[in-house]
Amino acid sequence: MQAQQSTVDAGEVAKFEAMAAEWWDPNGKFKPLHMLNPCRLDYITTQIAAEFDRDLGAAAPFDGLRILDIGCGGGLLCEPMARLGATVVGADAAERNIPVAQVHAEQSGLNIDYRHTTAEDLAAAGEQFDIVLNMEVVEHVADPLTYLTACQQLLRPGGLHICSTINRNPKSFVVAIIGAEHVMRWLPKGTHEWNKFITPDELFDLLGKAGLTPVDRKGFVFNPVRWDWSLSDRDLSVNYVTAALKP
Amino acid sequence: MDNPKLRANICDMDTDIVITGGGLAGTSLALALAQTGMTVTLVDALSVDAQRQTDFDGRSYAIALSSQRLLQTLGIWPALDADAQPMLDIKVTDGRAGEGPSPFFLHFDHAEIEEGPMGYMIEDRHLRRALLDAVATTSGITHRPSTQVTAQNTAGPGVTVTLSTGDTISAALLIGADGRSSGTAERAGIRRMAWGYDQTALVCAIAHEKPHNGVAHQFFMPPGPLAILPLTGNRSSIVWSETTQNAARINALSDAAYLEHLRPRFGSFLGEISLAGARFTYPLGLSLANSFIAPRLALVADAAHGMHPIAGQGLNAGLRDVAALAEVLCDARRRGEDLGAPTVLDRYQQWRRFDTAALALATDSFNRLFSNDNPILRFARDIGMGAVQSIPALRRGFIREAAGLTGELPKLLRGQPL
Repeated sequence: MQAQQSTVDAGEVAKFEAMAAEWWDPNGKFKPLHMLNPCRLDYITTQIAAEFDRDLGAAAPFDGLRILDIGCGGGLLCEPMARLGATVVGADAAERNIPVAQVHAEQSGLNIDYRHTTAEDLAAAGEQFDIVLNMEVVEHVADPLTYLTACQQLLRPGGLHICSTINRNPKSFVVAIIGAEHVMRWLPKGTHEWNKFITPDELFDLLGKAGLTPVDRKGFVFNPVRWDWSLSDRDLSVNYVTAALKP
Repeated sequence: MDNPKLRANICDMDTDIVITGGGLAGTSLALALAQTGMTVTLVDALSVDAQRQTDFDGRSYAIALSSQRLLQTLGIWPALDADAQPMLDIKVTDGRAGEGPSPFFLHFDHAEIEEGPMGYMIEDRHLRRALLDAVATTSGITHRPSTQVTAQNTAGPGVTVTLSTGDTISAALLIGADGRSSGTAERAGIRRMAWGYDQTALVCAIAHEKPHNGVAHQFFMPPGPLAILPLTGNRSSIVWSETTQNAARINALSDAAYLEHLRPRFGSFLGEISLAGARFTYPLGLSLANSFIAPRLALVADAAHGMHPIAGQGLNAGLRDVAALAEVLCDARRRGEDLGAPTVLDRYQQWRRFDTAALALATDSFNRLFSNDNPILRFARDIGMGAVQSIPALRRGFIREAAGLTGELPKLLRGQPL
């Protein structure tokens, strides 16, 4: 069905299918991402629809838009974008994620171009996108400014950059590291280093230095009573998301 | 550059959603989904003529205010308004045949909730006509009457439904709105828990001499409740519960003898009465599907739950399913989520199943409390009703519950478009 299929060893496919099933199991290892995903998608789709004047009720509203998802993992964001009609490239620095994401996209009947590459390499190759999704990545990179500059270069003028990360304050240390990694065991211990977290003001400053114009920021807030996530205009104290435009 | 082979997505299904069952829940759900831009195939084993009977057969529904808002939001209400009887007041009385009502009675007045009438009485034939007319004129709905589903297969990217015509349809999700003996649920291996009562409801419409003034009455009698619900004109709908043995005996009587049994039960406050339609019997029971969802499948209304009709909550609970599922699916589609994904279907189940089980248990225990001639329970009922009557806040709570205005309401039930 897909060109990449032929490069995957047949004996490996079963293993990739098992790993894909794990990525897409809402109660499995990636449960925290599945729980956060509707909230992330609400923000992403609303921002894209507003910026590119699309009607989310229409069939294939993102038709004609080229989207890059950096750190695509098993394709939890790529697949919804493809389903909305976008042309999607999913990039991941972890090579083993690529065939896993590909196998699942094929099972879902979606065509997504998954690549084992980085933002810097894609920028050096002159790739251009209407939208770059940069979700929960910037807190893991060695040099955020260099990385965000590569993201900026990947955008066409007028392009949209959506970036989420974790705030740095005592609450985020308790919630994101003690809570998520040690108490709830939602994430493996050592997933996050608190000193790499970035405050919203610092991120806006970095985005500006990278050549982008920040236009919006919102909090992702977990409600322990309802046991789900929602967007907040005011509470950016732990997880938050930003939108920026390339002039 | 992109690989040219990767240009188009190939997840094209024949239709977004297949709904089995073209009754009240199936048609209203098809309308709600199609109005948000989804493509829907509505498969109904019955013919359009069978669904669209034109003579009054005696069946009618108490439509809660929230359900009326859903019909309004779907654009159906203007076609129903002239045939809908507003229910302005509900009087609940404890009584025994021949003794008249007990001195305590509950009086729920719509003026206390400041949201218009408490609900409406609508005849089955009018509701079906309005829904089927809307289905016929809504783009995005493919209606396949007189067609059965013979198989459903969830291997592969979506669900494939095989029809009695031999056609197959692929979709992201299959929704069972095919009633209590849902074949859709059975084929998916979903079982249901059921409780029977030794009770049968005798249902008919009567014409009466005096106007009802929009007042509904519920009398709690030892064999079971008697509801008198106002229809348009000088007519009312009767739901009269008896032990199954008594019901069979009464139902076998002539119309004149049937009325002779009915008269002493609610007295003469509406003047002389006569039958105004056919007589029906419905055995009473409760049932609840073990799950409302399965891979690429969701159940709504009677396919998911059957209720004691004591508070007229059957259709209203079904429309709550419709509103909740339509909202979950509409949100999912706008996010680009797979409409049949377990995460999406879980949201519907979380929203509706607990609510439904709670309502089923509440109507069950309400019925057990009232369908009883134990003098202690009768005394407790009288005291309880007196207490509710004397505390306005408690009474308002009862009214809002009866009008379907409590709980976390889906948007359609709040009168908001999706």
